[in-house]
Amino acid sequence: MADATLQHDVVGHGVAGEYEAPLFGAYSKKVGMWLFLASDSLTFGALLVAFSYNRISNPAWPTPFAVQSITNATIMTACLLSSSLTMVLGVFAAQRHDRAWTRNWLLATMIFGTAFIVLHGMEWSHLIEEGMTPFSNPWAPTVPQFGGTFFTLTGMHMLHVTIGVIYLGVIAFRKWFLPALAAIWIAGYFLIPANNVFHYGIHALGLGLIVAAVILFLKPKDYDAHDVEVAGLYWHFVDLVWMFIFPLVYLMSTKIV
Amino acid sequence: MHDAATHDDSKGQYFWVWGALLVLTAVEVWLGYKQVFEPKLMLEVLLALSVVKSALIIGYFMHLKFESALMRWMIVLSVLACFIIMYFFFFPDAGRILRLGVK
Repeated sequence: MADATLQHDVVGHGVAGEYEAPLFGAYSKKVGMWLFLASDSLTFGALLVAFSYNRISNPAWPTPFAVQSITNATIMTACLLSSSLTMVLGVFAAQRHDRAWTRNWLLATMIFGTAFIVLHGMEWSHLIEEGMTPFSNPWAPTVPQFGGTFFTLTGMHMLHVTIGVIYLGVIAFRKWFLPALAAIWIAGYFLIPANNVFHYGIHALGLGLIVAAVILFLKPKDYDAHDVEVAGLYWHFVDLVWMFIFPLVYLMSTKIV
Repeated sequence: MHDAATHDDSKGQYFWVWGALLVLTAVEVWLGYKQVFEPKLMLEVLLALSVVKSALIIGYFMHLKFESALMRWMIVLSVLACFIIMYFFFFPDAGRILRLGVK
């Protein structure tokens, strides 16, 4: 099986001998990404455990998510699932050396990811307008943990989606992605009202811009099918984590009137 | 065990997996929206569905089903072991606070 996979990689990309014979029958970048994802799943596991622990030990846990929130979160879930499909199609395009369609599918994935971030941002803004902060919430004054666990868990996930979109942008467009990212960062800063948390949150894009620029400056290269596949692993993982956050945070706290 | 050479050309299976994930999500939303079960059973059902969805994502989208057996077992078992440890460390304690009546 290991040999078959390795053989397939060699045949698929025509780069025999580029990678040494590996323990896992996969190239080292892929194993490295899997190890990172295993460690990252423990980060999210810990956050989900913290959320669930607080939920179990507080019977007065608020259930503020009405029809509008659930509809919004369902659309967000559909966006992420569809982005995983376009990511798979992007990996296929990269494996058959179709540069145009690799770029198109990765761009589609990025658009779905961005839609997710925007919808989630609107959801956050809505909750904050209702008076929710990391330290208090208007629905259950005795359970201040609700805001803290909610914003930490979903904020960490939103950060991962943002990093994923930037990662895919670098893989798909290389240095030409940097001006687009800079434009979105600056436009976002000026277009989002100053009383909205994302007026400052958008600076995450500025940090991403610096990191992406340093990587592209230090190691300019043409990303191949392996790089696209490894980026895909990261992207599917972000999708995977949401499959647990969505039922635990939203569906277990519905407010049906 | 699938042969690496046979699965690669069949893009169709990924569309089926995508459809299955959307249907399972719809079922979850319907269960949560209609509040079909009482909370404890609801949690179990929703988590069971989530585990099925995550298995589909890991197996097909992340391609783990088609990796070497060693890699599959290493990753799945090590992560699962950590989750099981986390579960048994923390959840009995969460219930204990309730049983002792600490407000």
